[in-house]
Amino acid sequence: MNASQYLFAGAALLMGLLLVALIGRLFVGPTTADRLIALDVVNTLVSAIMLLLAAVYDSVVMVDVSIVYMALSFVSTLYIARHLEGGI
Amino acid sequence: MVIFVVSFFTYLLLSGGWTVQEVTLAFLVSAIVAAVFSGWSKTNFWSTKGLDLRRWWLFLRYLCGPFAMALAQANWDVARRVITGDINPGIVKFNPRLKTDLGRTLLANSITLTPGTLTVDVDENGTFYVHALNLTTLTPSEAEICGTFGQWVRRITE
Amino acid sequence: MLLGLIVIPFLIVSFAFNLLGVISLYRFPDVYTRLHGATKCTTFGTLFSVLALMFYSFVRYVFGSGEARFMVLFIHVIIAAAVLLITNPTGAQVLARAAHRSGTLPEPALVDALEEAEKAKGGAAA
Repeated sequence: MNASQYLFAGAALLMGLLLVALIGRLFVGPTTADRLIALDVVNTLVSAIMLLLAAVYDSVVMVDVSIVYMALSFVSTLYIARHLEGGI
Repeated sequence: MVIFVVSFFTYLLLSGGWTVQEVTLAFLVSAIVAAVFSGWSKTNFWSTKGLDLRRWWLFLRYLCGPFAMALAQANWDVARRVITGDINPGIVKFNPRLKTDLGRTLLANSITLTPGTLTVDVDENGTFYVHALNLTTLTPSEAEICGTFGQWVRRITE
Repeated sequence: MLLGLIVIPFLIVSFAFNLLGVISLYRFPDVYTRLHGATKCTTFGTLFSVLALMFYSFVRYVFGSGEARFMVLFIHVIIAAAVLLITNPTGAQVLARAAHRSGTLPEPALVDALEEAEKAKGGAAA
């Protein structure tokens, strides 16, 4: 690993700490919508961590996984939101 | 037709090698995708309106120019409000009179990412209901909410 | 080493805005204002991660050994940025609409035009 890869790894670690900080809102959230927002932020952060780890491990596949993760989390957000509206 | 071309090139960009097999497979897969999803869009399957390169060029200019500026400004603004905590929220409505669904989607997404506003709902007549973080008037005009975005979106999609 | 100097401001901005997004979830009073912070700040922060990765792969491709896989990484990261910019605000808008229809009203609000419109329709909203 070279120096900048260590930097990417450090950034990924810090964002992992942010994920831990989000758990509070995920549990406390007064309404379901609050929890859903926290879940949305978790999804975005996880895909960002995957992008950073792609640089750390020098693998292109991880970027593809991140793209698919974004698309799938979008679909799941749509589905839960539709359920919240009372559609499903 | 737009779906076909976009999915064709996305497939080719994502798969590394450009051999004959890859291109054939990309053609088949994007043809199937376009056939399945053409039932969802109201435009004709063979319509080439979305392939106009001038529109794509305008879209790129919009993305790199006013949109990027507004994105940076929005985040500065929200960051200040997160720290200081002075907000005057409320939901207001306005009608930008956009005809196409694509234009409405583009404007709604732009509004969501620009300073202090977030689209809550769009009804059948194209009326936007926008949640604003800091209201100055109760019935703001279009220019106060989204600046010149309405004109840009109209130029791109209509 | 020089590459690290280019990349580190992007990573710092990225982390700072993601942190602001998380802070806004705790500081703001109701669903809609939280959604503001969550959407804008995390999209911007992740976009800066993407920019850092783009710079990294570009510099490694041009000034490094010129291996093709860095170019592939560059192209894939651009597609990831496009997907991010499409899905994130759309998801936020759907969330806001779902929250409003499920009966969560904006708590401190000066005006609520959507609520008035729905009342005028005769409470059609579920």
